[in-house]
Amino acid sequence: MLDVAVAYNRFKFLGDEFLTWLWYVIEQDPAIFKGVDPDLTSFEIGNRIVLEKRKKESVERITIKGEDANFEEGMLALNKGALVAELNLVCRTIEEKWQFTLKGESLNISGFKTPKIAPLESPDDLEGAILEKVFLYDKILQFLEKLYKHFIKLRTSNDWQNRVVPLIKKWMHSS
Amino acid sequence: MSLLSASVSITRYKVEGKLKTPVTETVAAALKKNTISEIAEQSAEKVSGWTSFEKPYQPDFHGSNFVYATYLVFALRIDKKTIPAKLIQKHFMIESARRLDESGRQYLSRNEKQIIKDRVIEALYLKVPAIPHVYDIIWNYEESALWFFSNLKAANEELETLFIRSFGLTLIRMFPYTAAQLSSDLSDTEQDILLKLAPTSFKD
Repeated sequence: MLDVAVAYNRFKFLGDEFLTWLWYVIEQDPAIFKGVDPDLTSFEIGNRIVLEKRKKESVERITIKGEDANFEEGMLALNKGALVAELNLVCRTIEEKWQFTLKGESLNISGFKTPKIAPLESPDDLEGAILEKVFLYDKILQFLEKLYKHFIKLRTSNDWQNRVVPLIKKWMHSS
Repeated sequence: MSLLSASVSITRYKVEGKLKTPVTETVAAALKKNTISEIAEQSAEKVSGWTSFEKPYQPDFHGSNFVYATYLVFALRIDKKTIPAKLIQKHFMIESARRLDESGRQYLSRNEKQIIKDRVIEALYLKVPAIPHVYDIIWNYEESALWFFSNLKAANEELETLFIRSFGLTLIRMFPYTAAQLSSDLSDTEQDILLKLAPTSFKD
């Protein structure tokens, strides 16, 4: 395996491409999510997108945020060669909602909000609360892991250049 | 950041290697050996170690009180003392003036100034209280997976260092390359392709 620091920097573009692909799939091919986790009723962009255009010695950064944000400006940035560097996402099942921000270069998760769990009323409730939280985190982390696996399989196949990239370009230019 | 908080940050790791059985006892021994020590009386800038999830300020790893079903739940605590630069400067000036008075000289050498500064900092560290920072950990031993409830670079680096020192196991952070290489079930051919990938151009 490559040295960790080298691998981190050399392949951080994969994380940004993953998030850009996620945005495309959310808008154009949401059936993929159903295939990954049939429990999810929706998977949407949340309240924040950060786009970055990397140049040789600098990075242009555009942040779009707000509950009713218009992402047209983000699409314009994609057209100019930027990629998604951070994405706030919302997942829903029939009764529950999760929201979190995924960072491309590290795949770190921040602002991770799960459905509420019952308040702790006694120390005896602690184990149940921990296990419930673990279950709620795990549902989304496994979903993301499967999505990333799907993306990487695609990214290392001929299908990426031959089919997916032209479709993403078409979407970028038609929006 | 507590794993029970309304909003958390998570860094995912893969744990490389296996522990000596019985695992619970091996983990308990490692946690006890590397439990955080109080630094109130020490002149150290920073002390880190493991602490209990339930009682982060009174660490206790007796029996299997850190095991919840199949998960090992504990925390990393980093106690750090911070001294404002202006406070160091104030005490340095006072001590330098006193030294000049005593010696009857007009100047101190660079070496003397450094010694005074080091002593001032050491004395201040003894007086300043340490600020504790607690970061929860969930370790799914069977799945070789660990969640660390922070994205802070310094906290993650501290975790990685203390983890290998305590358990003799390496933590591999899951970022785009490692997640592709270790968790995506790639064939040998796909692994070779992965190593040669270059950024995609989406511009016409």
